[in-house]
Amino acid sequence: MCLAIPGKIIELDKKKQTATVDYGSGTKRKANVSLVKIKIGDYVLVHAGFAIQVLDEKEALETLSLFKEMLSLQEER
Amino acid sequence: MFSLRDKELADDIISQITKAKVHLKFMHVCGTHQDTLVKHGLDVLLQKCGIEIGQGPGCPVCVTTPKEIEEILLLAKEGKTITTFGDMTRVPGLTSSLQQMKTEGCDVRTVYSIEDALLLAEKHKEKEVVFMAVGFETTAPTTASVLLRDPPLNFSVLCCHRLIPPALQAILQMGELKIDGFIEPGHVSTIIGVKPFEFISKEYHIPQVIAGFEPLDLLMGVWMLMRQIQQQKAVVENEYVRAVKPRGNRKAQQILQNVFEPMDVKWRGFPVIPRSGLRLREKYESYDARKKYEAELGLLVEEKFTEPRGCLCGDVLRGLISSKQCPLFGHECTPDSPVGPCMVSSEGNCHILYRYTKK
Repeated sequence: MCLAIPGKIIELDKKKQTATVDYGSGTKRKANVSLVKIKIGDYVLVHAGFAIQVLDEKEALETLSLFKEMLSLQEER
Repeated sequence: MFSLRDKELADDIISQITKAKVHLKFMHVCGTHQDTLVKHGLDVLLQKCGIEIGQGPGCPVCVTTPKEIEEILLLAKEGKTITTFGDMTRVPGLTSSLQQMKTEGCDVRTVYSIEDALLLAEKHKEKEVVFMAVGFETTAPTTASVLLRDPPLNFSVLCCHRLIPPALQAILQMGELKIDGFIEPGHVSTIIGVKPFEFISKEYHIPQVIAGFEPLDLLMGVWMLMRQIQQQKAVVENEYVRAVKPRGNRKAQQILQNVFEPMDVKWRGFPVIPRSGLRLREKYESYDARKKYEAELGLLVEEKFTEPRGCLCGDVLRGLISSKQCPLFGHECTPDSPVGPCMVSSEGNCHILYRYTKK
């Protein structure tokens, strides 16, 4: 129910508050973007046809190294 | 877009948890978390390390009450065009389900989004289109967004939206089971942020971690809960930083606030939980199916609403038993012939367990 799929905004119609989202592997679908502030190129989470949040690309790329750091700090204690 | 798979890291997490020699019970409230846990065998793996992790009332379809099911069945019978998400159509009511009523000629449509329901109402002004709105804080803003666009008056909403933090408090207040920590739902949190969970840690001294949906997200979430317990802390931590901002989605929160107000509501398996539901504000009452069809729905007042016979969904939703402990599981109750909603919904505890372990 709360499933949300990440995708990239490739087209944006600000007036209609819709965007085309590219989910990879050739899957593209329209989504309503009235709940978020976005620009073309942003990654968003889409739930039930609505973008509900913009994903932080930097945080996403750093997630694994952050986890590793947390674990090694704990190991040292 | 990026991969969050790293076997070595997963092994490290498990090794640290094993070394800690703990005996802990955690609860999460999300069908997607349960899916990840069971699909990847993490529930069994963690149990071997002393950590039991179970799903509470985290499935919007499952916590919808028998009364709400009867309301939508009655509206279908009265000739309205019913629209809702797929799983909802299969939940059995007292004598029927939406799916069954469809085979008997009622107009029932499965939609992917409330947008599809609105489109139907716009195209067919002669139809009275009712959208059964289920879902937590993740989904409620989508309903609110559509209502802000002045839909045609042949469109209305049977609002069954519910809020997660009051349900967590209800579980703790009922005191039926000892919970050492909560894994909080990542996508609910993308909307509400971190703060709405804080009172739980403060008032009940329970650690909480907001987690994402990859196997590593959940392992890390469990590890972070364990670390809090070792350090005798009880705060809300955010593991899912790539999607959950501390203050959540302010725009969505504002839209929710404009359209809905909190109300006391019953959850399946629970008594009435204060301020755990949403209803449309007075300004939007012309779209409120309960007000619009008050005369028809009034017929239900005298009805008795009971759980299906022998169904233990209530105990499953309160985290008291695992689905396997229900005598109906896998026998009288299967995904093809479900007795209770937890076996209907792909987010339901029984359905998930059946899907990955019985087939």
